[in-house]
Amino acid sequence: MREQLTPRNEDLGAAAGAPVADEHARIERAAAESTAPKSAFARLADSSAGRNSGLVLALVVICAIGLITKGDTFATTDNVWTILRLAAVGGVISVGMTFVIIAGGIDLSVGAIVALASVWATTTGTQDIGTFGIIFTSIVVATACGVINGVLIAYGKVVAFIATLAGLATYRGLAENLSDRKTQSIDTPSGFLDFFGAEPGGIPVLVIMFAVVAVLGWLLLNRTTFGRRTFAIGGNPEAARLAGINVKRQTVMLYALLGFLCGIATIMILARTSAGTSTHGNLYELDAIAAVVIGGTLLSGGRGTIVGTVFGVLIFQTLNNIFTLNNLTTSTQAVAKGLIIVAAVLLQQRVAKTSRS
Amino acid sequence: MTAPLLRMKGIVKIFPGVRALDGVDLEVLPGEVHCLLGQNGAGKSTLIKTLAGAHTPEEGTIEWQGKEVTLSSPVAAINTGIATMYQELDLIPGLSVAENIWLGHEPSTVGFSKRGSERSTAREMLKRLGHPEIPVNREVGRLSAAGQQIVSMARALSHDAKLIIMDEPSAVLDQDEVENLFRTIRDLSASGVAVVYISHRLEEIREIGDRITVIKDGRTVAVNLPAKTTPTDDVVRLMTGRSVEYAFPPRQTGTPLAERKELLRVEGLTRKGEFNNVSFSVRAGEIVGLAGLVGAGRSEILETIYGARAQDSGTVVFDGKTLRPGNVPAAVKLGMGLAPEERKSQALFLDHPVAHNISAATLKRYSKLGWLDRRRELKDAAEQSTALELRPAGPMRPVRNLSGGNQQKAVVGRWLLKGCRLLLLDEPTRGVDIGARAELYALVRRLADSGVGVLLVSSEVPEVLGLADRVLVIREGHIVREAPATELDEHKVLDLVMAGTLEGALK
Repeated sequence: MREQLTPRNEDLGAAAGAPVADEHARIERAAAESTAPKSAFARLADSSAGRNSGLVLALVVICAIGLITKGDTFATTDNVWTILRLAAVGGVISVGMTFVIIAGGIDLSVGAIVALASVWATTTGTQDIGTFGIIFTSIVVATACGVINGVLIAYGKVVAFIATLAGLATYRGLAENLSDRKTQSIDTPSGFLDFFGAEPGGIPVLVIMFAVVAVLGWLLLNRTTFGRRTFAIGGNPEAARLAGINVKRQTVMLYALLGFLCGIATIMILARTSAGTSTHGNLYELDAIAAVVIGGTLLSGGRGTIVGTVFGVLIFQTLNNIFTLNNLTTSTQAVAKGLIIVAAVLLQQRVAKTSRS
Repeated sequence: MTAPLLRMKGIVKIFPGVRALDGVDLEVLPGEVHCLLGQNGAGKSTLIKTLAGAHTPEEGTIEWQGKEVTLSSPVAAINTGIATMYQELDLIPGLSVAENIWLGHEPSTVGFSKRGSERSTAREMLKRLGHPEIPVNREVGRLSAAGQQIVSMARALSHDAKLIIMDEPSAVLDQDEVENLFRTIRDLSASGVAVVYISHRLEEIREIGDRITVIKDGRTVAVNLPAKTTPTDDVVRLMTGRSVEYAFPPRQTGTPLAERKELLRVEGLTRKGEFNNVSFSVRAGEIVGLAGLVGAGRSEILETIYGARAQDSGTVVFDGKTLRPGNVPAAVKLGMGLAPEERKSQALFLDHPVAHNISAATLKRYSKLGWLDRRRELKDAAEQSTALELRPAGPMRPVRNLSGGNQQKAVVGRWLLKGCRLLLLDEPTRGVDIGARAELYALVRRLADSGVGVLLVSSEVPEVLGLADRVLVIREGHIVREAPATELDEHKVLDLVMAGTLEGALK
């Protein structure tokens, strides 16, 4: 495997100044390869979707099952929008969870954050301010929870699992206190529900929001220094620290980002259910982590994709839909979901292994 | 003459790119204390791992009590009668003394461990080792380092070992504890158990050893020398005297060093238990080497200067500015770069592309409002890897697939791209083969000639002497000698780092 070392170059300085012509060409070619535009087909094969071929296959198989068992209801435009609308809320959180998991962390408190933000954003005081009040409160409360998680983990040196487990209990407890366990419906006349419930051009606003978050998330992860640092601290935190990366600040920012996205998800769930309650977001953490892992992101950090996560979310939600259409009990659904997580991850590992060797 | 207990002949062990062992012979008699000597990297660890069954040699034979054996696994070695006490003791801190001694072969009836007999036999063994005072119910984590060593030895006895390998057992002990250890070793050998004893302290070897085997560069250079009477001079000469000649680039001849600007000044730097009152300076364009044994505090000094550890007292002044302790980003910003000792765990993102590894400290340069200019990043990183002759080429290749030498070049390339002014190199050629070493040496010299200051830590004395302009010899956290490299030789340096260790322990 090791190539023979070429004879020692007598003068490395000269080599640096004037590289051997073909060596230079090779590097240029290699450099061009990964940035230059390619044919649509080559790009597809190379893209995340191509690499996530196992996920595409899984989604196709699941859709086929849907068609076979309930073709008449499954393959309708209405049903597709239903799936997407349901996928949107969890999807937004899963995008944020992808960042945190790539960085080697985990956040178990996302569901509780949604509950707390939804309750806080629907108190009569907040609703009096109107649509802006609801949006602003959702985002600020959720982001603040994320910052608290991040500070505890980065500066308090509490293991992420424990810090966010505490968050899971605390935030939902606060939500229950704040709402007195009552559902707080939104009856503001200022158009919150009208705006987020709209369907411009037949596309629900919630689905548009998910799409926007996914695209921006992809850009943030793959095209910015923030994304690069995320991969770095997940790939090797010690090396990142010794390379001069401010690991603590980055960690706080990552959990804050996830908190912020929980805020977005809160707005979406308020729009969908037109009420805030401390039961919102129940088990969202598990759904989000499952979607991320099914999408091929390593729980140990350093590797992962947004595209994979989006597939993970879609697979999960489509399955739910098929189960519901076939009138399976929720208990059966839960068992099936668990099996499917295991199957998907096993499949992922196979595909990853063959593509690497 | 008694028949040897163990005889190893012509052992060869090959790792990718290196012949770690290249024909080693070793002969141990029953009940003898056989000392294994050699510099860092000579192959001692590989040899004992071969004996412990952790490595399988490519060539050579191992005879045990006259019969040829294969030690294919640690279990096979233990069943043969060979037990190993590693430097990092492999005890489980949360379990009791008795549980640790019997770990893996607990006396039991149908799955239920016989805790009573476990404890009583453990007590007997500790007594046999002369340490009946160690309570068998105590958690091992609460024992002193010396106590843990005794437990480790008792575990070896529980396996009925006829040969116990001890890898620098005295390194973590103070003088009284060393005496105790020696008494225990003498008892063991009186009862017929042989010991292979590894230490850097020549004085100890004189005291406890029967015979010496010296290895160098993976080869046996002397076997079965009498431990008590072989002159120190001879031993040191055997350990040094290179068979491999390194090609060191000529030292710079331009502006005399004394006229160059001072880049780094370290004053009274102290971290308790690691190093004490360390003061020195590095000028622009100068290569300063830190020589000393592993554990003398060299890496710790380097990491403290860099801010990866915070000092208890003392100051680091870089380019006229006093650095805040424990602040890596600030040090990097001012122009320091560290190529750490453990390349894989401390420097590299193994699954990430070479280009991203090289640019990891320079992301800001390619960022516009956080947006990464990936094309420019890749172009610069690719240029850097071409200049360093990184092979195989291909900046998007995961760095995991590179050889040790090329991985090291990628780490150095990171700081070249950043344009750092002080480069801290910790064991830069560990796991790097000879050809790539020469390239690294030339590169470091070229950097110095361009005005970069270099602080070099290496366990290989010839490397420090050949590459550095000035050498600081470190012993147990103190600078014991500072001199231009041309005024020192390998023999002098080894004398300084080794001979003094006993006297240091007596303090």
